[in-house]
Amino acid sequence: MKGSDQEHAPDIVLRAEGITKIYGGTVALDNVDFNVYRGKVNVLIGENGAGKSTLMKIIAGAETATRGRLLLEGQPVHFKSPREAARAGIGIIYQELNLFPNLSVAENILLDHEATSWNGLIVDRRRQQELARRLLERLEQPIDPQALVGTLRLGQQQIVEIAKALARDVRILIMDEPTSALTTAEVEVLFRVIRELKAQGVSIIYISHKLEELLRIGDYVTVLRDSHRIAEAPVSAIDVNWIVEQMIGRSVGETYIHQEHQLGPELLRVEHLSLPRAGGGLVLDDVSFQVRAGEIVALYGLLGAGRSELLECLMGLHPEATGSLWIAGRPVRGRTVGERIAEGLVLVPEDRQREGLVPTLSVAQNMVLASLRRYLQGPALSRKKELAAVRRLMGELGIKAPSPQTLIEALSGGNQQKVVVARGLLTEPRVLLLDEPTRGIDIGAKADLFRLMNRLAREGLGILFVSSELREVMSVADRILVLARGRLTGEFRREQASEEALVAAASVGQGPGPASEEEARAVWAAIPSVPQTEERRDQPRPRV
Amino acid sequence: MRNPSSVASREPAARRSFALQRRQIQTILFQLRAFVALIILVIIFSVLSPDFLTLNDLTIVAEHVSINALLAIGQSFVILTAGIDLSVGSIVGLTAMVAGYLISQGLPLPMFGVVVYFNVWIVILVGLLVGIVLGLVNGLVITRLSVAPFIATLGMLYAARGLALLTSNGATFPDLGGDPSLGNTGFPFLGTGSLLGVPMPIWLMVLFGAVASFVASRTPFGRQVYAIGGNERAAQLSGIRVNRVKLLVYVISGFCAAMTGLVIASQLQAAQPATGESYELNAIAAVVLGGTSLFGGRGTILGSIIGAFVIGVLSDGLVLIGVSEFWQMVIKGAVIVLAVVIDQLQQRWQKRAIAA
Repeated sequence: MKGSDQEHAPDIVLRAEGITKIYGGTVALDNVDFNVYRGKVNVLIGENGAGKSTLMKIIAGAETATRGRLLLEGQPVHFKSPREAARAGIGIIYQELNLFPNLSVAENILLDHEATSWNGLIVDRRRQQELARRLLERLEQPIDPQALVGTLRLGQQQIVEIAKALARDVRILIMDEPTSALTTAEVEVLFRVIRELKAQGVSIIYISHKLEELLRIGDYVTVLRDSHRIAEAPVSAIDVNWIVEQMIGRSVGETYIHQEHQLGPELLRVEHLSLPRAGGGLVLDDVSFQVRAGEIVALYGLLGAGRSELLECLMGLHPEATGSLWIAGRPVRGRTVGERIAEGLVLVPEDRQREGLVPTLSVAQNMVLASLRRYLQGPALSRKKELAAVRRLMGELGIKAPSPQTLIEALSGGNQQKVVVARGLLTEPRVLLLDEPTRGIDIGAKADLFRLMNRLAREGLGILFVSSELREVMSVADRILVLARGRLTGEFRREQASEEALVAAASVGQGPGPASEEEARAVWAAIPSVPQTEERRDQPRPRV
Repeated sequence: MRNPSSVASREPAARRSFALQRRQIQTILFQLRAFVALIILVIIFSVLSPDFLTLNDLTIVAEHVSINALLAIGQSFVILTAGIDLSVGSIVGLTAMVAGYLISQGLPLPMFGVVVYFNVWIVILVGLLVGIVLGLVNGLVITRLSVAPFIATLGMLYAARGLALLTSNGATFPDLGGDPSLGNTGFPFLGTGSLLGVPMPIWLMVLFGAVASFVASRTPFGRQVYAIGGNERAAQLSGIRVNRVKLLVYVISGFCAAMTGLVIASQLQAAQPATGESYELNAIAAVVLGGTSLFGGRGTILGSIIGAFVIGVLSDGLVLIGVSEFWQMVIKGAVIVLAVVIDQLQQRWQKRAIAA
C-alpha cells in the first residue's frame, strides 16, 4: 500500500481507499481510490455503468462497500446509513429526485430538519416557510414554499432538491447530475451557488456527463471506467479530448457507431399529437414528425420535456391524447398496447426495473412475454418453440446468461437491457421505440446496442430513440428531433447538428419568469431549423 | 452422490456448474418445503396415533382437504396477480343456498301458477353460474372502478352472505335428496358418491388441480397471470391486457367457490346460509403455506393443494391425538406465520445466492 502514506495530506477532506463493491454477480467497483479535496469541485466522470453512482452511494452511506475504507479528515469512518453520513456532514443530491410529491416545498426542504417549537414537539410552520423562502431566494427561484412538490415541473424540483441539501450543514456535498433537468439559465444559478459554497469551504463532488460543464466548474477530475479508477488530474492540466480518451479507453468511433444506409419509405407518421396534463396545460403540444424505414431518429431534450410521454402515446398508453398516427401509410386503429404491437410498434421502456423486467420470471419467460401467441401448440405454450426463439435472440444479441432458465435478476444491467430489447424484437416490429436504451449499462453493452440499432435499421426497421446524452444523439442518429416543454423545437439532420444548437433548442421556453421568455425567443431565433419545424405543422413534410 | 473433492479438482467451470446445481437443489427443496412439512406431519401423527395412517383415515382426510383445496386453487390465480379474494366463503354459502332452494323449493312461476323443479345437472349449472357472476362483479369493480381487491371482495363477502341469508330468511333447506316424482334426485352423489372407490370430492380436487396446473404453467393466460403479479407495468407494456386477465382470475375464483358450495351442500344434503363462513381465510392460508407470495408472481397450484393438505392433516391429526380445539387454532396460526417467515428467509438466501 504505497498510496496510504499520503492519507494525511492536509488538503484532502475525504479519501476512499480500495473500494470494491459487488452486486448481483457483477463487480460495480473494483479497488477504487478517490480523493475529495477541501473547498474544491471534485469531478467524477465515467460512462454509464462505470460505477460513479455506486461510489457516491457508498460515500453517502446508502450502500456499504464490500471491501475498502473511507477516511474522513484522516480518520476511518463507517457509515451504516445515509443518516450517519449526514451527521458527518455529507450531503447528496441524487440523480433520481428523492422528494415527496405529496408534501410542500418547505416540508421537503426541511425534512428531518424541521424548525420546531415546544422542544421539538411542534413544527413551526411560519418559520419553516421563512427558512425555505430564504434558501430559494439564494437560488434565485420564485418557488412558493407552500406549493406541493408534485405540482412543480422537474427543473424546479431539482432546485428544491438542491435547496434541501443546502438546508443541512454540509461540508461535503455530492451532486449526481444536478443539471440534467435544468435550463441554461438555471445552470448558471447553480454554478454561482457552487462557487459560493466553495468559498465557504464546502467540498463538492460533482458528477455530470456534460464535458464542457465539467471543465468550467471543476477543479479536479477523477475518471472511472468499467469499475476501475483510471486517472485523476487537476482540471487546469487537461482538456475534453483527454477526458474522452480516459473515459472510453478507445476511440469514440468504436462505441458510437453510425453506418450510412439506404432510407426506405415512410414507416411512422405522427401528426398534431397533443397530450393534456392532469393539472391543466399540455405535456405534448402539437407534435408532428415521421420516421422512415432504415432511419435512426433521436429524440433529445431535458428531463421532463415530454419525451417518454411521446413514446407512451405512440403505444396507446394515454387514451386522452389527440392526434393522428400512421404506420407504413395506414392509419393506426389499435387502442391498446397489444393492438399497437400487432400493428408493428414496440417500446423498450426507460426504467428497466420498474417498467421492463418481470423480476419473478426467468430470462426466457421475460423474453417471450410480448409474443406469447407465436409459441402456441394447441392451447399450450411449446417449450421447444419458446427456447428456439430465446436461443436465437441470445445469440444474435450476445446476451450472456448461464441459461435461459436463469432468473432475470441475476443478469448484469446490460444483459437485462438486451433481454428487454429482445422481447421487443420477438414481436417483429416495424418501428422500434427505445427510451434511454443505454441508461445504466456498461460501455461494451452500449456498443453492442448501437451496433444492433444499425443492423436493424439496415434490415429496414424504423428506430426512434430517446436520449439525454448529446454525444450519443449526435453520433448514432440520422436525424435528431428536439423536444422542449412538449413542443418540437428543433430538427437537425446528422450533418447539421451541433452541441450548442441542440442544447439551445432543448432550453426553449423553459426559463423561469418572464425575463427569460425574451431570452428564449432570442434562442429560438438562433436556431436555424426552427422555421422548418413551424412549416411542418401545417403540411405534410416533403421527404428529406 | 457426487464426490465434491473430485469436482473441485476439475476446472473452475465445472465447479461453478456444481455450485449452480447445489443451488438448484436447495431451491427445489425450498419449493417443496410444504411437501416436506406435510410428510413430517404425517410421520408425527402416525407415530402418535396408530389409526392415522390407515387408508380409510387418509381418505377421510383427503375428503376434508378437497373442500379447502378447491377454494385454494381459485384463490391461487388471484394471489398470483397480487390480488386477494375475501369473498369465496360467502360465494360458497350463496351457491349452496341457491342449489338448496332450487332442489327443495323449485322455481315458482306465479304467472303460470306452477313451480318448476329442475334436473340436478341444471341445478349444478345454475350454481356454477352464480359463482361466475359474482366473480365477474368482483373483477369488474376491481378493474373498471379501480377499487382495491381487498375492499371489493370484502364488500362481496358481506353482500353475498346477505343474499345467502335472504334466500331462506336465514333458515336451512333440509333433505336435498330430491324427489323421484319431480325428477330431481341425485344431488348427494356430488359430495358423497364415489367412483372406483374414490370419493367424488377427491376426483373433483384432482380434476380442478390438474386443469388449473396446466393453465397456470403451460398456457399464455397462465404466463400472463405470473407476469402481472411480477410487474404489472412491464406486463402492460408487453401488450398483455392486464384488466382482462385480472377479471378472469376473479371469475375463476368465483367458479371454484361455487363448485365448493355445491359439494358441501351435497355432502350435508342440506343448505345452511352460514355455509363456508371464514373459509376464505383457510384458502388464503393454504395458498400462502404452499409457497405463493402475497405480493404476486411466485407460486404454484400444486403448492396450494399441498398447503391445503398441510392444514387438513394438521387439524385432523390434532383432533385424533386429542388436542383441544382451542389449541388447534393457536397451532394453525403459528404454522401459517412460520411458513411466511421461511418464505422470507428463502427470498433473502436467494438474493444472496445471486449476489455471490
